[in-house]
Amino acid sequence: MRTLLTQVSYIARRSILRTLRQPGVMVSAILFPLMFFAILASGLDAATSIPGFPAGSYLDFAFAFPLVQASLFGAVTAGADLARDIETGFFDRLSLTPMRPVALLGGMLSGVIALGLIQGCVFLAVGLLAGVNIQSGFPGMVLLVLLTVLTALGFGGLGAILALRTGSGEAVESSFPLFFVAIFFSSINLPRDLIESDWFRAVATLNPVSYLVEGIRSLVVTGWDLQALILGFGCAIGIIALALAGAVASLRGRMAHA
Amino acid sequence: MGLDERAGIVVENLVREFRKGPRAVDGIDLRVEPGEIYGFLGPNGAGKSTTVLMLTTLLPPTSGTARVAGFDVVREGPRVRAAIGAALQEAALDPLLTGREHLRLQAALHGLPRNERKKRGDELLERVGLAEAADRRVRGYSGGMKRRLDLALALVHRPRILFLDEPTTGLDPQSRSALWEEVSSLARDEGVTVFLTTQYLEEADVLADRVGIIDCGRIVAEGTPEELKAEIGRPSVEATPIESKDRDTVARVLSSFGEEIAAQPNAVAVRLDHGAGDLADVVRALDAEGLRIANLRLDAPSLDDIFLAKTGRSLEGEEESTETGQGSSREGARACARF
Amino acid sequence: MSGPAMRGSARGAFGGFFSVAGAVAWRQVYRFFTNPAFLTPAFFPVFFFVAFAGGLSRVGQVPGFDFSAGYTAFQFVWSLLQAVALGGAFTGFSIAGDFESGFARRFLLAASNRRGIVLGYAMASFVRVSVTGALLTLVALLVGMRIYGGVDLFGLVGLAVLVNVAATMFGAGVAMLFRTQQAGPVIRTPIFLVLFLAPVFVPQELLAGWISAVAAVNPMTFILEAGRGFIVGQPTGAAFAFGVAISLVLVLVPWALFGLRQAEKAG
Repeated sequence: MRTLLTQVSYIARRSILRTLRQPGVMVSAILFPLMFFAILASGLDAATSIPGFPAGSYLDFAFAFPLVQASLFGAVTAGADLARDIETGFFDRLSLTPMRPVALLGGMLSGVIALGLIQGCVFLAVGLLAGVNIQSGFPGMVLLVLLTVLTALGFGGLGAILALRTGSGEAVESSFPLFFVAIFFSSINLPRDLIESDWFRAVATLNPVSYLVEGIRSLVVTGWDLQALILGFGCAIGIIALALAGAVASLRGRMAHA
Repeated sequence: MGLDERAGIVVENLVREFRKGPRAVDGIDLRVEPGEIYGFLGPNGAGKSTTVLMLTTLLPPTSGTARVAGFDVVREGPRVRAAIGAALQEAALDPLLTGREHLRLQAALHGLPRNERKKRGDELLERVGLAEAADRRVRGYSGGMKRRLDLALALVHRPRILFLDEPTTGLDPQSRSALWEEVSSLARDEGVTVFLTTQYLEEADVLADRVGIIDCGRIVAEGTPEELKAEIGRPSVEATPIESKDRDTVARVLSSFGEEIAAQPNAVAVRLDHGAGDLADVVRALDAEGLRIANLRLDAPSLDDIFLAKTGRSLEGEEESTETGQGSSREGARACARF
Repeated sequence: MSGPAMRGSARGAFGGFFSVAGAVAWRQVYRFFTNPAFLTPAFFPVFFFVAFAGGLSRVGQVPGFDFSAGYTAFQFVWSLLQAVALGGAFTGFSIAGDFESGFARRFLLAASNRRGIVLGYAMASFVRVSVTGALLTLVALLVGMRIYGGVDLFGLVGLAVLVNVAATMFGAGVAMLFRTQQAGPVIRTPIFLVLFLAPVFVPQELLAGWISAVAAVNPMTFILEAGRGFIVGQPTGAAFAFGVAISLVLVLVPWALFGLRQAEKAG
């Protein structure tokens, strides 16, 4: 167990360093979600006039957006890195060492968690400076960051599945639009009960991202909404469980072919 | 034959400086006769490719003049480009296009009439041996096939002057020989002037009518391969004893015939002071000592000997480090910095 | 003088210009249609259109939101302009890729008049966005978009063409300056900002705060509002919008040629 943890920590360190050493990735991971958040928060402020809108400020309402978007970016980046390790033969080389392949997966996901933690804290700080009013106070902020990290972990697992199955960095990166679809076809822009289009509302209801978003949003806008939190954390844990199971199976499949 | 300016290359004091680093080309003069194959030989970082880029109007010179096919490369770029073809170091092919589509594109770029494009393309594909692979995407081509396609593309518009920048680097011996044959044929049968850069001694020796040796941006020697070798003048003899314990004795015997030079493992080589005529005496001297020799070889001076004489460095050493991936333009620049 | 040189000079710079442009455009268009990934640039405009028109349609009921053709048509105009602008950006990425791979040297080497290369890329960009625009329009009509403008729609198309040319010239200039894929973010980010710092979700008069101030000076705002006027058959500010769009083109064409000159100097 100790050996495995040591191996995971080495790979995690490499994964984190690799991310931090790519300024382009860091810019995308931090600046892009913030930019989008600023634009949405201002551009859709008029939406607060819609009868039944749950928040007085669209800034508060939209705060979930950068947190969820950042998680998905992180997943694609980590997945692409893992795929490149496979493409370049680094993965095979590791297989020839005592390093356990599950350590590679663990290390990569540790990198995702670390990035998610950095992003969560940065966005929280920026949000507070911009005037976001978090109804649930400091304990809520902790849960907010935790849910962000769990979301990142879940989607990181999905990115790992893609990487292990395709072994292609390009294939993983071209999945980015799908993650984007997952964010936008949810209740990210309007509460589900205010979505006018029936088919859109149905898609948003089926989309697990909606519950992640609503869980985070409840901590900001409502305070302590137990149902939203249970659904949000439940979805996150569910995605993690499925993603990790899939990732381990994909890893075994790849090892069988190596 | 006098130089026909319209078909040749005339370069005077050509210089190219980059903002950071030494002068890549440091004032070169050269003249290439029409129909000649001119070999431009030098290690990595010597300035060969930079020279080619300037002569093909892809890079403006910092100073100096160059006229290609009678046109100034700076002021008359379009006319130069109409008269030349170039296959540069990177084959620059689109992996998503087929060989035939590349030719069609190139023909269109050069303004060949529509009805001529297909015919010319088919003709060139046949000529370079790619007719069967013509409709396959280039991503499936081997290195040799890509080079052949690159050559075909350079010939689409029937240029009078052809620039080839290290055309056989990375090719297997068979592909290399095929390309040499094609280049020779172009010059011999069609009167195309060929300006060929290479880091392979053998290539320059075999193909080129005249060779210019460049190092650190300057031409250090120029002439036919025979003229250059004659400058050194002296052949070398290499003897490999059957018993390796006799090596020192062989070295002692041979030392009286000339200075020792680099040799194969377990062999001894000397440059003969009095030329090939000494060979009989060498054999007698070795026999007189009772030495049994497995292999005795007489070698004419090589271009590497010229390079060594002119620069104090061996081109073959640079070549090996290139092939092992250790050589680089920086290596060349570091070597230049010593001088 | 005989042979190729004479053919070259008889062809003259004029003929060479168009043959180069045609060849460059042919390759780009050919790659676009034979590569399965060609739909990728079409994805984002269609996706944003469906996401915003579908998910945000309730915003059309905000007090003061007065757009007779409905929220779908409102979003369609922005999505169309996004499509043509992104088409220009993707052409810029292509140019950067061609320089990075060395393929662009082939064009530089063969072209008698190298400006034809820029025209070729622009022509290909136009073809590309025509396909994307048609696809987007089809999707919009299928989801029930209402169009009230008749002949006025040509005004919208005209604006879209100008935006495409401007974006392509911008992308081309950046791509030829960088000559590597590092040009990507430098092309993408300004275009993204110009597109989003505009009345995307609500009309200009319903914007508040910093974005209202920024949108007020964003050239895209005038083009967007005029485009929306065309689609409801009540063109407003059209002359000014065309003036802005043409000015962008007049500024960005020299920018692209500047990039070309820098690429020529760098070899």
